[in-house]
Amino acid sequence: MTAAGPALAIAAAVRGGERSATSVVEESLAAIASGAELAAFNTVTAEAALARARRIDDAVAAGEDPGCLAGVPVALKDNICTRGVATTCSSRILEGWEPPYDATVVGRLNAAGGIVVGKTNMDEFAMGSSTENSAFGPTLNPCDPARVPGGSSGGSAAAVAAAMTPVALGSDTGGSIRQPAALCGVVGMKPTYGRVSRYGLVAFASSLDQIGPITCTVADAALVYSAIAGHDPLDSTSIPEPAGDMSGALGEGVAGLRVGIVAELSGEGIDGDVSARLGAAAESLASLGAEVGEVSVPAAVYGLSAYFLIAPAEASSNLARYDGVRYGLRVPAATAADMNVATRTAGFGDEVKRRIMLGTFALSAGYYDAYYGKALKVRTLVLRDFAAAYERFDVLLAPTSPTVAFRFGERTGNPLAMYLSDACTVASNLAGHPAISVPAGSGADGLPVGVQVMAPALGEAVMFRAAAALERAQADRRPAGSGGATAGSASP
Amino acid sequence: MTERISRDDVAHVAWLARLSLRADELERFTLQLGDVLDHAADVAALDLEGVPPTSHPYPVGNVLRADVPDGALDRAEVLAQAPETEEGQFRVPPVRGEAP
Repeated sequence: MTAAGPALAIAAAVRGGERSATSVVEESLAAIASGAELAAFNTVTAEAALARARRIDDAVAAGEDPGCLAGVPVALKDNICTRGVATTCSSRILEGWEPPYDATVVGRLNAAGGIVVGKTNMDEFAMGSSTENSAFGPTLNPCDPARVPGGSSGGSAAAVAAAMTPVALGSDTGGSIRQPAALCGVVGMKPTYGRVSRYGLVAFASSLDQIGPITCTVADAALVYSAIAGHDPLDSTSIPEPAGDMSGALGEGVAGLRVGIVAELSGEGIDGDVSARLGAAAESLASLGAEVGEVSVPAAVYGLSAYFLIAPAEASSNLARYDGVRYGLRVPAATAADMNVATRTAGFGDEVKRRIMLGTFALSAGYYDAYYGKALKVRTLVLRDFAAAYERFDVLLAPTSPTVAFRFGERTGNPLAMYLSDACTVASNLAGHPAISVPAGSGADGLPVGVQVMAPALGEAVMFRAAAALERAQADRRPAGSGGATAGSASP
Repeated sequence: MTERISRDDVAHVAWLARLSLRADELERFTLQLGDVLDHAADVAALDLEGVPPTSHPYPVGNVLRADVPDGALDRAEVLAQAPETEEGQFRVPPVRGEAP
């Protein structure tokens, strides 16, 4: 049996004693070093990773099984807490902070034999679609270093696209896993809200945030998803149902599967090259026996507006904790109140300030009903319209991003233009549904295009089933010898 | 443009959010937030009478556990991350400024 992804291949080789975890980690660290100009990482934990690799090699030598991710190097978005290792959210306000605990996903990766090699760059507090909002400077897209890698999990997507690590974790509040995966030509998956514990994920918008994998292939995404998902008593929104093994779903094929193309997310505002790839993806599924049709999700057109009221509202509350008292930056001042203002003013970047103020405004007396209250009602409509669509279809299809990767600076002067990057992805967050971005060929300037497969809540199996078929169809079209799904090169 | 948010509104929310804005920032943020609120006008204009709000994708309830001490973080480790501490506590500047 051929492995269906670099993570599966590494784990099989390490478990079988054919490869040492140490050599795998050394190779990963070398790739990170040689691709340093991409600025994918905020922190590299080389020593700790090599020490862990040696322990895994010892375990294999002793006849033990280190787990399904044995020896697999993993990059973590820098908003996932790692005990004793800086977790900055790419913000000055948390620079140097070392969490006193690990996020639940870190424990699960370790328990499965995965090896954390570092923390990746991101838009500050996950607010952005390009990593240009990082306080430490942007990450470059490995496919074209003049362009953004997407965001906010841009460092994680770049790390996987440049083959620095086969696996990265990101967080997705409005598309922050799927959009950078699409722009870098890799796979990015957002699980059903509550599938993966948020314990230790620095909060942005708590009713929308979800951790998920970025990988080279759909099978690797399913592997990582199964390793990190499942109930966690430390997250009170964690779903009790077991996450299940997804490997069976991957080979099922799509014969008879009902696939709906979301009209509202695939017409107006979508670039022609992206629409063409979506059309080709739909055709390939149809040729494999899927019943493809168009479906209307009317409330989806209001999704973006609702999202940019709800997410900032929740953020304005979540980010109130950065007050210079308990951790992170403190700018000295004569009184506690002045210290508070000085710290927040110096510590947050412009985009974070905009979102905090927007959210504070949407929640403020006199505007609450017109903005936040309305947005919550739109969220109900989004759920209703999706429910109606899923009566007729098993999965839904849409572009992941309206455009291919854009150039640095192209949208930084106009926050609204940047927000439109999330037009196709936010609906899944509002609904809490799972969605995955799969590479679907090249668009303008040969840059990668991603197509999104969406499924109803807890529908990961059918989502992976359709995504795997879509990936196979792409591979069949690719000329022989053109390599795997990894899009970029570590040395542009 | 329609004035969906005024300079005074922005100054007020900045104060509520404990942020201090320079004059040029106030100008710029007012325009940018106005753009976003213009885009949100489609939502603000919807007739949603009778539609219940959804604040969470799933029905969630309180999750309780037995009231026994468990899983507390190590105090020294937590305090080691604080900008300033004293006698096992977080230390902040005077709440009311210098004593007269």
